[in-house]
Amino acid sequence: MKSPSSRPAGRRSRLSRALSSRRRHPLAAIAVLVAVLFTCGGAYAALAPSASVSTDAASSTQIDDGKKLFAVGCASCHGLGGEGIVKEDGTVLGPSLIGVGAAAVDFQVGTGRMPMAAPNAQAERKPVAYNDEQIAALSAYVASLAPGPDVPDEEDVDPSAGDVARGGELFRANCAQCHNTTGQGGALSMGQYAPSLTGVSPKHIYEAMITGPQAMPVFNDETIPAQDKQDIIAFLKSVEEEPNPGGLGIGRAGPVAEGLWAWLIGIGVLIGMATWIVTRSSKS
Amino acid sequence: MSAIVNGAGKVVDFVDERITASNWLKRNIRKVFPDHWSFLLGEIALFSFILILLSGVFLTLWFKPSMAHIVYDGAYTPLRGTGMSEAYASTLELSFEVRGGLLMRQVHHWGALVFLAAMSAHMLRVFFTGAFRKPREMNWLVGVTLLFLGVATGFTGYSLPDDLLSGTGLRIIEGGMLAIPVVGTYLSWLLFGGEYPGDDIVSRLYPLHILLFPGLIILLVTVHLMLLWYQKHTHWGGSGKTNKNVVGAPFWPVYVFKAGGFQFIVFGVIILMAATIQINPVWFWGPYDPAVVSAGTQPDWYVGFLDGALRVMPPWEPEIFGYPLTLSVLIPAIILPGLILTPLALYPWIEQYATGDRREHHVLDRPRNQPVRTGIGVAFITFYLQLWIAGGNDFFATVLDIPVNWITRFIQFGLIVLTPLSFWVTKRICIGLQRRDRDTLLHGRETGVIMVSPSGEFSELHEPLDPHSAYDLAFRERQLPIDPGPATDANGVPNPSYKANRRRARLSRFYFGDVVQKPTAEELEAAQHHELERGDRQQELTSGQQ
Amino acid sequence: MSAKSEDMNGHSSSEIVASDRESTPASTSHEADPIADPGLHHPPPRLTDVDPKAERRAERQVAGMFSLASILLVLSIVAYIVFEIAPDDPDDGVSVGDVQISNFTLGITLGLATLLIGLGAVQWARALMKSPELVHERHELRSDDNIREAALADFETGTEETGFGRRKMIRNSLLGSLALLPLPAVVLLRDLGPANGPSPVDAKETTIWSEGVRVVTDVTFQPIRAADLELGQLVNAMPETFEDLPDHGPERINARAKVPVMVIRMAPEELHVAEGRENWHVDGIVAYSKICTHVGCPISLYERTTHHMLCPCHQSTFDLADAGKVIFGPATRSLPQLPLAVDGEGYLIAQSDFHEPVGPTYWER
Repeated sequence: MKSPSSRPAGRRSRLSRALSSRRRHPLAAIAVLVAVLFTCGGAYAALAPSASVSTDAASSTQIDDGKKLFAVGCASCHGLGGEGIVKEDGTVLGPSLIGVGAAAVDFQVGTGRMPMAAPNAQAERKPVAYNDEQIAALSAYVASLAPGPDVPDEEDVDPSAGDVARGGELFRANCAQCHNTTGQGGALSMGQYAPSLTGVSPKHIYEAMITGPQAMPVFNDETIPAQDKQDIIAFLKSVEEEPNPGGLGIGRAGPVAEGLWAWLIGIGVLIGMATWIVTRSSKS
Repeated sequence: MSAIVNGAGKVVDFVDERITASNWLKRNIRKVFPDHWSFLLGEIALFSFILILLSGVFLTLWFKPSMAHIVYDGAYTPLRGTGMSEAYASTLELSFEVRGGLLMRQVHHWGALVFLAAMSAHMLRVFFTGAFRKPREMNWLVGVTLLFLGVATGFTGYSLPDDLLSGTGLRIIEGGMLAIPVVGTYLSWLLFGGEYPGDDIVSRLYPLHILLFPGLIILLVTVHLMLLWYQKHTHWGGSGKTNKNVVGAPFWPVYVFKAGGFQFIVFGVIILMAATIQINPVWFWGPYDPAVVSAGTQPDWYVGFLDGALRVMPPWEPEIFGYPLTLSVLIPAIILPGLILTPLALYPWIEQYATGDRREHHVLDRPRNQPVRTGIGVAFITFYLQLWIAGGNDFFATVLDIPVNWITRFIQFGLIVLTPLSFWVTKRICIGLQRRDRDTLLHGRETGVIMVSPSGEFSELHEPLDPHSAYDLAFRERQLPIDPGPATDANGVPNPSYKANRRRARLSRFYFGDVVQKPTAEELEAAQHHELERGDRQQELTSGQQ
Repeated sequence: MSAKSEDMNGHSSSEIVASDRESTPASTSHEADPIADPGLHHPPPRLTDVDPKAERRAERQVAGMFSLASILLVLSIVAYIVFEIAPDDPDDGVSVGDVQISNFTLGITLGLATLLIGLGAVQWARALMKSPELVHERHELRSDDNIREAALADFETGTEETGFGRRKMIRNSLLGSLALLPLPAVVLLRDLGPANGPSPVDAKETTIWSEGVRVVTDVTFQPIRAADLELGQLVNAMPETFEDLPDHGPERINARAKVPVMVIRMAPEELHVAEGRENWHVDGIVAYSKICTHVGCPISLYERTTHHMLCPCHQSTFDLADAGKVIFGPATRSLPQLPLAVDGEGYLIAQSDFHEPVGPTYWER
């Protein structure tokens, strides 16, 4: 990166390598955004001026717009009709989207997980590639393929209407095993992970529960009713906004981080002090 | 000034007339304490322990060691209405309803982490400098016991608040006990008062945590300090500092002020940590519920190596006589601590056996001058650190963005390969440093000035060492492996102890076979002669150029 | 003092070591040092020793630190009073921000105050105290041979006076009683475990699951209709009978440590049904114990796409599509499966208790 003028071709290959192996690098997100803008967004902008999209739910023009967007940005992995693509060796390039519903699309595209830069074990949260109207159009299109969970209403996900204490109990019983006690996230097997829930919008938390994105299981409204989900959202937003009364939170990550701090700061500073104590004051 | 002396004099009068105190005082008040930063590691442990005692007493005034079920209605609203134990509720009360309560909790916990870290660092210092050798083997044993008691106190304390992390820790203890052959099931039954978790364990750990373990620690710390006082502190050898004297500042006043001051510094640093860095926020973890677990479940750092060992063990469970022997738990949870503590406790005698050295040692070894001991120490650290990393493998997987399974596999491999490798590398480094010391002694210090002789030969100008530095470098023993002696004596009669001697000689060769000896007086003289000649030649060259 | 230290330097270390060598034949040997001991290296005087100005400056420094500490200690009391944490209305609960301020102000004032007292004391010693560097002689710790012999002789005399060697009967009876002394102490611990109830082994083999017990959601205790579960669904569940257990006493919490299950729906074709378990699932709905077979952490880190169940404590990984078999980590046994069925109303019920003990391996298993 230090010699940008040398060879543009070399720079491109470095970029693509970065895309394939270092997707969680901060630069990768920007690179993905750029790539997406060029391949899909740019093409879409040429096809349909955004101002024409109506906000009415699932109008036929919206579905049509969604279909066009889908063909450009999603069909290469999920198939033209959203039926999914399975390669000859049996690996799934993109799963079928028939019946996943608008909620799944709103979550996956709305958190930037889709479109993915390349098929991978787990999609990352990254800057969103589409604007709100485009996401609504894509959702409407996928929802039109087969019935599935819908995007929740604003009042269903309002944290202020939830019971924080009850939400905490539900969260610890159903979610903390992967996302940790205050939603910091954690490691799963074979390089998968449960992402941090900090900064995730209530709507997306709700959608994740009803659709089960990536490795996450489904928690539908029959077993965890809407009110319970609202309580969980209320708990998450409460701990997110709650200050750390003891000082620096050090990630609320528990004993390993605390042990590192005890050695580095505690023992480190005290050894520094010990070195000062045994030296004589300045010589004449 | 004289007022102070007069006042003290009255006290001394009173005490002296009853227990002949002046006699002792006269001999001890100017006792010499040598200065080196590494001698203060034990003090950090002592002072942080005092702070733990003080903050701990404060905590006991509010904490309720009871597992009775209550529904929380205290000040922390996000948990109101949640069922929990009184122990957890009183921890919340301390954190949110007692001014300074959270501070004391954090002082207590940071203090405990620093206490154990300081003990470990102190023990490593004693090991690497050979301060455990005769006559200090007893104090080494006391130290090993203190470390064990420290871990025990720490772990019982970790278990008291009855939060999700502490309860999960106890569950793992239960699993470890169940793996003990024959009696495991019953031991666990007795400890928990029936099935796990019962409602007794917190009130049973409480007296261990606040009375038995700290009481034993206080007792052994007293013994530790009395032995130290009687045997006098070790010091670094060098010019004027020998095995027969001790050089340093007097106890009164310099040591009293420095150590006393350091006590307040340790207090200050830990309190400042407690003021600014949050530790163990139990209100986030939630009350203990045996049906629930959170991601990122790890123990405090000093138990981390055991948890790591549990994580990297292969799933071994052979059957013996129809009973399962759960080696995958038994080895890391029960056998490994014994495998670490026993050689650690016995090390002074192991080394004594190998070296045949039964003399008193008051001068410390530079770690490089004991390549094998240093290698063993570093290998142990490598082993321990890998287990510790394994104990937080999910944390490191998240932070470093690598699959947790890879970390586990890497450490399984590393424990077997990196541990001996680190021994070998350390030993080679030590021997390299010894060789450099020897060269410096023989040829003087490298100046970095390169000379070219008329014949085109390059050489670096060496400056002779000043006598103090030269003496300090040469101040160490010549270490020769033991000779096992002949297998038969002059008359052909076999020596009955030859086999034992040979075994011992082999071990001794392992310790000292490769060390680089310091130069003899003759070698030194010859080298100096050579350097002088070269210097003369160079002088001639320079004067010739002029 | 200085006279004494010179005196000490008179001993060259080689002399000391030479005498040592004679007393114990050792493998390591000190021979005459190749370089003579040049004697103690005295550091140059400190600035405060020679410059009165520097001395006064150091004095002001130390006094300043102590005074500042006093001010901070007073401030800590002020902080205690000013930064209240009790809410105005107890119903409101505490403001966590207030606790943060209280903790920070109290800690900073107390911490800095103690730190400054310490720094001041040390600086006083470092810069101003005139104590010289002292040299004290060490003495061999071993007692004089005569005294050792005399001590041993006294012990022998005393032992002789007891007749310990001759009076074998009283000696042996004393040793016998002393040997028995610890036994009552151990026996007294028996009642640490409950006197009544099932034996530890029996308790491990049964749970409150039994035929026809409905499976209900954890926390909310709602029965689960099989038809309501979607593919990829995870439900953390309990037996219906759990809710009736009393809040107080150990029974409820002990059950919680044994009975929790996770109910999962996967496509029936993804399921490798083990022999003898053909009717344990309901259209791909399976239930497994949440208690890890390694050391008992409750696990439910279920990965929908791979059917892996990961334990967050020690990373044992189980394949729930394949009878809960261990595929990674230290666990040695599969997760116990709870046989499921549906009742007349379509709700999930247990066919029976677990067919094997839940949780970690134990000896009698």
